[in-house]
Amino acid sequence: MTSRPELQAEVLQPTGTGPEDTEAPATPSTFVRRFRRNKVGVAALALLVVVVLLAVFAPWIAPHDPNQGELSRALEGPSGEYWFGTDDLGRDVLSRLIHASRVSLVAAALATGVALLIGLPLGLISGYFGGWVDNVIMRFNDALMSFPALILAVVIVGLLGPSLTNAMLAIGIVYAPRIMRVVRGSALSVREEVYVLSARATGCGAPRIIGGHVLPNILSPLVVQTTIMLGLTILAEAGLSFLGLGVQPPTASWGSILGRAFPYMGRTPTTVIVAGLTISVVVLAFNLLGDAFRDSLGRERRDQ
Amino acid sequence: MTTTPGAGAPKLRVEDLEVTFDVGRGKKLHAVDGVSFHVDEGETLGLVGESGSGKSTTGMAVLRLTEPTAGRVHLGDTEVTGLRSRRMRPLRKRMQIVFQDPYSSLDPSMTIGQQLDEPLKVHTSLSKDERRARVDEALDTVKLSTRYTTRYPNEFSGGQRQRIAIARAMILDPELVVLDEPVSALDVSTQSQIVNLLLGIQEQARTSFLFIAHDLAVVRLVSDRTAVMYLGQLVETGPSARVYDAPAHPYTAALNSAIPIPDPDRQRTRDRIVLGGDQPSPLNPPSGCRFRTRCPFAMPVCAEEVPPQHPLEGGGYAACHLHTHGPELRGGSVLQLVEGGHLTTPLVSR
Amino acid sequence: MTTPAVTAPLLQVEDLTVQFPTPDGLITVVDHVSFTLDANRVLCIVGESGSGKSVTALSLVGLVQSRGGRVSAGSVKFRGTELVGQPEKALNRIRGRDIGFIFQEPMSSLNPAFTVGDQIAEVVRRHRRAGRKEAWARAVEMLDRVGIASAAQRAKDYPHRFSGGMRQRVMIALALACDPKLLIADEPTTALDVTIQARTLELLKTLQREQDMAVLFITHDLGVVADIADDVVVMYASQVVEHAPVRDLFRRPQHPYTAGLLAAMPQSALENGSPLVGIPGVVPQPHRLPSGCRFHPRCTHAQAGRCTSEPVELRRLDGGLVRCVRSEELRDPAPVPGAPAPIEGVAVQ
Repeated sequence: MTSRPELQAEVLQPTGTGPEDTEAPATPSTFVRRFRRNKVGVAALALLVVVVLLAVFAPWIAPHDPNQGELSRALEGPSGEYWFGTDDLGRDVLSRLIHASRVSLVAAALATGVALLIGLPLGLISGYFGGWVDNVIMRFNDALMSFPALILAVVIVGLLGPSLTNAMLAIGIVYAPRIMRVVRGSALSVREEVYVLSARATGCGAPRIIGGHVLPNILSPLVVQTTIMLGLTILAEAGLSFLGLGVQPPTASWGSILGRAFPYMGRTPTTVIVAGLTISVVVLAFNLLGDAFRDSLGRERRDQ
Repeated sequence: MTTTPGAGAPKLRVEDLEVTFDVGRGKKLHAVDGVSFHVDEGETLGLVGESGSGKSTTGMAVLRLTEPTAGRVHLGDTEVTGLRSRRMRPLRKRMQIVFQDPYSSLDPSMTIGQQLDEPLKVHTSLSKDERRARVDEALDTVKLSTRYTTRYPNEFSGGQRQRIAIARAMILDPELVVLDEPVSALDVSTQSQIVNLLLGIQEQARTSFLFIAHDLAVVRLVSDRTAVMYLGQLVETGPSARVYDAPAHPYTAALNSAIPIPDPDRQRTRDRIVLGGDQPSPLNPPSGCRFRTRCPFAMPVCAEEVPPQHPLEGGGYAACHLHTHGPELRGGSVLQLVEGGHLTTPLVSR
Repeated sequence: MTTPAVTAPLLQVEDLTVQFPTPDGLITVVDHVSFTLDANRVLCIVGESGSGKSVTALSLVGLVQSRGGRVSAGSVKFRGTELVGQPEKALNRIRGRDIGFIFQEPMSSLNPAFTVGDQIAEVVRRHRRAGRKEAWARAVEMLDRVGIASAAQRAKDYPHRFSGGMRQRVMIALALACDPKLLIADEPTTALDVTIQARTLELLKTLQREQDMAVLFITHDLGVVADIADDVVVMYASQVVEHAPVRDLFRRPQHPYTAGLLAAMPQSALENGSPLVGIPGVVPQPHRLPSGCRFHPRCTHAQAGRCTSEPVELRRLDGGLVRCVRSEELRDPAPVPGAPAPIEGVAVQ
């Protein structure tokens, strides 16, 4: 047992730093472990997986053709054949909702993608370089944020013409500043970290530092923000489509189904309730998932 | 450390280095104010001072991680100051740094292997396998198992992280490494492991070290020569043994007094210089000698004239009027004043 | 109910055990720690980070509960009164009045929104039912006492106007404003510059004598211990491993860990002209403690069987306490061939 110190030092076991380690940024494995313990998060994720599966396999799952209806059976209430009833053209609401989930999800992904595409690089550049670059980008940001989001989207759609793609492009542009702000703020604090200085001392150029050190360390807030934004864009799409500025008939999205059923709320309240609930539940699920991610990803360790 | 400094030109030459920060409202903070020193090949220069002395800023300015306001820095034959950033980056291969806090100096999102691989990726054209071999070798040098390459920093203790940081700094075989308080954040038992590791590495690689610390005892152990800094200026330099045993500047003597001896009886009865007052703001340094406001031996001349660098026997200098005025130490140790009772203020215990 | 004996020690800690819940289960951070502290004495608890020394100090007056900790066993008697299990309200009366505190971080221990004078006066008024004027006068007096020049003026300044060393002196003034009988100082000089540390220690020593108070001083630095302590408790991996009067501890450390800590000090290496000797390995984590003696994986004197299987009890030896089965034989000057620094000789003569 009298081994030499050097030999013992070689078999050092990695040791965490004890209780406060729960505050450390998560590695992939700790993230999974923590997330699995978050019941609400797991439930939200499960629900969203179901919605995505419904969207992917819509043609096989939907009991009826979403675009074919019998006018004679318009505006019926729930029945064994039409679980959620029919709309004003006699089409099955359930089938339309299932097919609409494709449109709504793709639309949300598209808008969020546009927001990321604009917000992420600008936020990184703004936060890492600072100075006049930051000033220019942030003033542009401020200008964009000072408009009410939906009104701005309506204006953009008005200019480009009503179509789902244009609507989502508009929403993506409108929401880009939210991503930009989160990314810039995180990049600003990561920039001050000693490991970034250490990378500079090693001779890394700006692209490598931004891509290799800053981006991975702002992923936590970015993932959280992106998840929540998926919910927000679903809501925005629903709003635009409700107003008739988004998806064009006969294609349906959740928002357009809601909008179309709205005048008949007195006769078939089920459609409005079901479509409205679908939107709310999915948006809520995205929000809860975002919160669960935030908790499982852990906060940045504060400086010692 | 008993390495004989290499003959010829010094590895690192710093001349009249100045770093000034703009602190707003037209005020300037002279963090480093005319500092000159050199480090030979395979030599360790200890740079000692307290917070606000500018010692860390000096280290950062040498590597141009902070931009020097004036002065020149040479690494070998290359002048570091004034290089454009495109030319600066290849030079980073030759000079590296280890930071104080191993908890923040490693990227939490990268595995140990990735962190060690990065310098090789940036500066060499080695293949993936060759790089992996170098990473394993580097881990071996700092006595960590090569199995750890896939782990993340938060799985390691402070001492282990500092080993990783050292491995990363040494992996490109640099000529100069700035060690910015590499052991002050560590526990005593870990501290000595890291000190011994650094000594071993240097003996093998003959790297030049600029060892920055606040602890005179640690510096005495690891450095060949020591330079003491106060409020942005060097107040004393010389061979470490002389600086530690026979300090020729009152500030060095006070630093020495502040290190407790691990013997209760002697610690409680020894002659000590305990400084009064607080360090003045570097925004508004005192006239003449900057140390005079806290110096127990201050004389009228200290407020009027900037003390010249009085050369000392055995090399180095002390910037202090005591060598030519008052007790006229003529290069002797300040400690004799404590025993002799030549005090202007009764700030010496016992 | 018996009235506490007149000779009862000021502070008596028995089998104090503190646990924290973690994702890996309940961990024991302080494991059956016992010590007594008499009036006017200075007791140092020394150990590395993770040894449990700070938690020990905080748990004495119920300051670990807010951080998730729980005193799961043991007793803390202050002037004969049991503190464990006391309601927060009763502890609040004791904290700040009978027991003063100084923490490591002078920056975050003061409220930036109030002047330092107000903060001291507030404590005086709360605990002594003193009037506004009287409390303010006391604040100025305390600031003067801790060596803050023109105290009457400086009392009206906000904390950010003070340097780190000055802030720590303000903290000392705050802690001592109500003449506590016990001062608990948790690494009060660790964040300070060395010359400021030296002066702060001088100040603490002077005040301790003047105010007739006992000090429980938590530190990782044996040099500070040599300067200030009467008695020393060495903690390792949540346990007390050695407890001895300060001179004995430095002259003849009985536990290999204490000896190792001493040898690891740069000052020791300089005094002896020997190379620096480190303690190999790292401090074990509370949820992964080694079997037997908790120090055995790092101990150069550990013997298979004797040190590795059975937990080692704290036992009496030469007027102190030690948790090592080999202390006596290790004192034998015949060194084991090939073994590094024998346990004696690392102590400074």
